[in-house]
Amino acid sequence: MSVMGLFFVFIASMSVLWLWRQGVMSEDWLEEGDVANYSGSARSSPSAAKVGLGVFLAVAGCLFSLLTAAFFMRMASPDWQAPPMSSILWFNTLALVASSATIQTAQFAARRGDRDRIGPWLAASGAFALVFLLGQLWAWRELIDAGAYASGNPANAFFYLLTGAHGLHLIGGLVALARTIRRAWRDRQDAGLATSVELCAIYWHFLLFVWLLLFMMLTGKADALGAICRRVLA
Amino acid sequence: MSEATVTARDAAPPAETPEMELFHARSWLTQYVFCQDAKVIAIQYSGTAVAIGLVALALSWVIRLQLAFPGAFAFINAEVYYQSVTMHGMIMVVYMLTAIFLGGFGNYLVPLMVGARDMVFPFINMLSYWVYLLATLVLAASYFVPGGPTGAGWTLYPPQSILSGTPGHDYGIIMMLASLILFIVGFTMGGLNYVVTVLQARTRGMTLMRMPLTVWGIFAAAVMALLAFPGLFVACVMLLLDRVLGTSFFMPNIVELGEHKNYSGGSPILFQHLFWFFGHPEVYIVALPAFGVVSDLISVHARKNIFGYRMMVWAIIAIGVLSMVVWGHHMYVSGMDPWFGFFFAVTTLAIAVPTALKVYNWVLTLWRADIHFTTPMLFALGFLVTFVNGGITGLYLGNVIVDVPLSATLFVVAHFHMVMGIAPVLVIFGAIYHWFPKITGRMMDEGLGRVHFWITFLGAYAIFFPMHYLGLLGVPRRFYEMGQTAFVPHSAELLNIFITVTALVVGFAQTIFFFNLFRSLKHGALSGGNPWRAASLEWQTPETPPGHGNWGKTLPVVYRWAYAYSVPGAPEDYLPQNAPPIAGEHSQ
Repeated sequence: MSVMGLFFVFIASMSVLWLWRQGVMSEDWLEEGDVANYSGSARSSPSAAKVGLGVFLAVAGCLFSLLTAAFFMRMASPDWQAPPMSSILWFNTLALVASSATIQTAQFAARRGDRDRIGPWLAASGAFALVFLLGQLWAWRELIDAGAYASGNPANAFFYLLTGAHGLHLIGGLVALARTIRRAWRDRQDAGLATSVELCAIYWHFLLFVWLLLFMMLTGKADALGAICRRVLA
Repeated sequence: MSEATVTARDAAPPAETPEMELFHARSWLTQYVFCQDAKVIAIQYSGTAVAIGLVALALSWVIRLQLAFPGAFAFINAEVYYQSVTMHGMIMVVYMLTAIFLGGFGNYLVPLMVGARDMVFPFINMLSYWVYLLATLVLAASYFVPGGPTGAGWTLYPPQSILSGTPGHDYGIIMMLASLILFIVGFTMGGLNYVVTVLQARTRGMTLMRMPLTVWGIFAAAVMALLAFPGLFVACVMLLLDRVLGTSFFMPNIVELGEHKNYSGGSPILFQHLFWFFGHPEVYIVALPAFGVVSDLISVHARKNIFGYRMMVWAIIAIGVLSMVVWGHHMYVSGMDPWFGFFFAVTTLAIAVPTALKVYNWVLTLWRADIHFTTPMLFALGFLVTFVNGGITGLYLGNVIVDVPLSATLFVVAHFHMVMGIAPVLVIFGAIYHWFPKITGRMMDEGLGRVHFWITFLGAYAIFFPMHYLGLLGVPRRFYEMGQTAFVPHSAELLNIFITVTALVVGFAQTIFFFNLFRSLKHGALSGGNPWRAASLEWQTPETPPGHGNWGKTLPVVYRWAYAYSVPGAPEDYLPQNAPPIAGEHSQ
């Protein structure tokens, strides 16, 4: 529950900040005529696609927070027995970090206007993401070989559910990434490419962040993190 | 404001939305079927929602026939009864009300009211409708799988929803969960559009605090839905896994028909938390657009600006925020910690404050106004009364000690039908009568509209008022037969017959509405662009019905809020949002 609480405080403060900046406190309805502080074109404000992605990340964040909340509530029951964590998860995590790092490099290249570099870095990022997904499947296979089925224990079930949900989000991201890569290679004059690369990068960092949290939860390190937070707060 | 500044501001060029490329239909199929124009998608959404809603209406008759004449109809056995109860509830709440308010009115009105050419992501918008249609078809298809649809009640509580003894526990529940998952995926695509369109695609001069309250209501509801539906999504996925893979997310150690099931340790309460985390905001996902629409209907047809505009906006936001933290009041009888019960009772009652503010502001808008009793206005007033009625019984049920004895009685059924059944449906009717001229260019018949209103309004009260009394007597909800319940007096049976007959009459009376609707499409009086002389932007389109791209060559420029009625010194009793300022015009 506290997970959801934290998430909602975050979302609410973001929304209020946003509304504030959009002028929700002004008294425009009393004014006649064009509004003085109207920014005119959307030059300074982010593009619709970026706002759209932001809203989608809020939805996905809500989904993962709810799954996390359910994880902790279910964990409290006595039949909880964490499955053996395969060491390949560490390797997978490294692959996802590398994927995030390479896509960030692609974004730097896009920001510099260095069009030749964008495609290869994006492709490298996609390859690392694929390695991560294959590694996750490998982890599933190891669990199944060890007899840790989803129906065996809630901890197993949550492992499959959380990694599966995260993997599906990554697969969706890979579709968008593939389209961006195609654009990077095909059209030299594509003005929207930089935006697409940036959106992919944001989504990738988000999924990396989610994975790191999930990884900590699944390996039982979340308690340690909680203890550190409590100590910092105290 | 001096005249010089007026002319200077007048010269400001209208803003174009540069990044958006309009979709252009190339064939009949892309113009009318796979269309990316929000207006066509709105019609598709509404049509589908109304169609499946009529199925749910017919199901309510099945329920009522059984309650009034137990055993008289051979085709209504216990299974059919429970399946009808479940499907009626789920269809009405999710597939009808949510879809028509956000998918229907949201799609049609948001771009027009904020002065945009279309939604910001038209392709995703189209996809949203087709996924919604698929979800609806999957739901309907559950009638044709072995065992029929699920009869677990619309809350789908485990463990009973996936154990034998519940109708449709084998395939029906799987279809239901799959359909809900599809619906949520489809809705998320639409919801992204509504939110981002309001944030990004407003025309020049349309600041947040000049938006019509309809847009505010739909916007807030879309934000809430985006945050609340993941709760249902998670619950559905986990329940599906429990059913299909045999996991124990929600399923406790349980014996079914003498056989020890393989489940262990799951928490049914966890499902209830997830379900109601969605379920309560859902009430306001339906109510907030209704609030917004009613504000606009009242203001237009009373020829007066809405009272306390800023208060109305903040009330919408406050209701939205509060409604995310009240879900526990659906679970008072689940054995929760008394402190949680206290917390949820406090937050629940706190919602009454912004809600009452809205009601007062509507009433104060009507105060000494030039009220025109047109059909839309009648429906708006009907909503006002009904919502107050339903809201007040909500205060009873929000208190733990009052709720515990009333829980699972017909009192609860009467309460939520008044507050989120009848009230929003009255708004839907009012909104259709109000915006029909914009959508088709023709008026609906006033006389038939009034007959429709009075039958629906009085009929709804005849149905649901006695139901409160039955609930107070202790008549339980969802029971197929009363059996040996000595505390239910004979008069309750007579009342049940009365309710059922009324429900049948009111249900069939809706043919008046459909007759009016279809007849007016061809034979209604031509309405012109702005028959109600309304100030908000959607009535100022160059064409009626609005053409593709809504605004012709240039986007409109907005100079004032949407409620400039009876402005002193104005040539007419209203000033359109996009009319340039007149000399000497002052604040309302």
